[in-house]
Amino acid sequence: MANDIRAALGEAVVDSLVKPGDDVWIRVRTADWKSSLTTLRNALGYDYFCFLSAIDWMPSPYGRGEDDPTEPAPERDTTIRPGYCGGDTRMQVFARVVSSTTHMGVTIKADVPDGEPAVDSVSGVYAGANWHERETHEMFGIRFEGHPDLRNMYLPSDFEGHPLRKDFPLLARMVKPWPGIVDVEPLPGGGAESGDGE
Amino acid sequence: MTMLDDKLGDRQRLSYIAAQAADARLNVELETEGMTLNIGPQHPATHGTLRIIARLDGEQVVWAEPSAGYMHRGYEKLTEVRTYPQVTTLINRIDWLGSFANEVPFILAAEKLMGVEAPPRAQWIRTILFELSRIANVSLFLGDLGVQMGAVTPVFLAFRDREYVLNLIESATGGRFHPNFDRIGGLKDDLPAGWVQETKQVMKKLRNFCDEIETLLFGNEIFQSRMRGIGVIPREVALQYGLSGANLRASGVDWDLRRDQESPLAWKHADWKVFTHPDGDSFARSWIRLQETREATKIVDQLLDGMPAGPVMAKVPKIIKVPEGEAWVSTENPLGEMGYYVVSRGDLGPFRVKIRSASFNNISIVPWVLRGVYVPDIITILASLYFILGDIDR
Repeated sequence: MANDIRAALGEAVVDSLVKPGDDVWIRVRTADWKSSLTTLRNALGYDYFCFLSAIDWMPSPYGRGEDDPTEPAPERDTTIRPGYCGGDTRMQVFARVVSSTTHMGVTIKADVPDGEPAVDSVSGVYAGANWHERETHEMFGIRFEGHPDLRNMYLPSDFEGHPLRKDFPLLARMVKPWPGIVDVEPLPGGGAESGDGE
Repeated sequence: MTMLDDKLGDRQRLSYIAAQAADARLNVELETEGMTLNIGPQHPATHGTLRIIARLDGEQVVWAEPSAGYMHRGYEKLTEVRTYPQVTTLINRIDWLGSFANEVPFILAAEKLMGVEAPPRAQWIRTILFELSRIANVSLFLGDLGVQMGAVTPVFLAFRDREYVLNLIESATGGRFHPNFDRIGGLKDDLPAGWVQETKQVMKKLRNFCDEIETLLFGNEIFQSRMRGIGVIPREVALQYGLSGANLRASGVDWDLRRDQESPLAWKHADWKVFTHPDGDSFARSWIRLQETREATKIVDQLLDGMPAGPVMAKVPKIIKVPEGEAWVSTENPLGEMGYYVVSRGDLGPFRVKIRSASFNNISIVPWVLRGVYVPDIITILASLYFILGDIDR
């Protein structure tokens, strides 16, 4: 199956990963994002649109929000490390399409340019991508070229920032100390015990 | 109206053209504009706070747009600051009528990344509770469907019988609505004593309920004339929009993730049937759900008989760290395909979780399907598409 996809998409494929019995991932060039999905749908029969979203690969500079706000924030590693199939940019869009006859699905990824995050809209290929792209635009600030209507779905239209980007702080976690990420309370009379199993 | 033109049925195409013509005629000859009707955010047909803005021409809708977001809780962001076991508390509240079913795909995704497999008995109980959430969820839909058309009796029947199922879920998990019972590696507890016998009694009652609803509601002439041929969604359109669950099967696509996907859960050990309907109208969608409720009671009965003995929890470390990787797991939830794309960085919590909820896709078709319909049909189409607001907004 992965070979079929590689053959049909040709040069567009940058990298691919197959986990037998699990799933197939492919990464395509940003410029070929729309044409790849068109090929998947029209030539290879991936007619069911599952979802489209994005990932911000930069680790959050705020960590997991478990720090004491009265202390200075610790140093954190914010090197960008991409996931399966690699990546050269901070953000990636990814989508999943499935064939309704073979019931096989594929996760397709593409890099989003760092300077001006924009990719082609695929709402003309899969009508269902319309809302997913609106959501991704609002949450990650990625523009989808050719999308008919990129209004916000959830947030007020004058909202500033893109909540699902990793550098957007989760304020509830910034203003008061979190009781502790490791949920082991000390036993009365003894120290905290951490065994294995329940 | 360009790309999908050839996929439209004759009836829809005609009514759309008629609506366009009427709009132009009104605007030009009478120098009036279409009226804008605002439905919701508080409306019984919306199961929460969905708002529909519809532009009308007389009794016909020329343009409609759902406005979601009144209940956005930002779960995708919140999962990034939670540990894996804590995430189930959040995702319980996505589709709140079938909460247990929400936990399962996430736990399965985490188990997949960790390479942990729950013991057979745990998988069996998971499947039973999964189907019980389906019954609790869809029985409410069946009752509510009557109310949308002015029939008050079904909703009382539904609430009466759904109560039995909720009591079962409560006695097994401790929570009626938010069980939070699924754990990485198994389940929190085994079933209480006497639960199996009690469940069998309740399944009989639920089958009676399905029969009752089928004769009382689905056989009713008014019901049929309000539902048949209304809100037709052809197969290709349904697939493009990513409709799933009963909405997709009502358009003639024979696809059920419980049957067509490799899953550690126990559906493969029961003998049951996937229903499809060729019509794709409101009636088909509702009818499929009715049949699925009945099938679910049969699945539960069979699984109760064949349940293996043994532990319900595998050996997992007390502090759970999930190895680096990406995993996608989806299951056939009461509302349709519900899946989680989990990205892990070997941390205590996920790096990113994309929640693919069924209702988000199911509702995105509303602007397409409402075009050209009459105002009273808006309510029946919305009801038959069946969505839960928490499942749209997340």
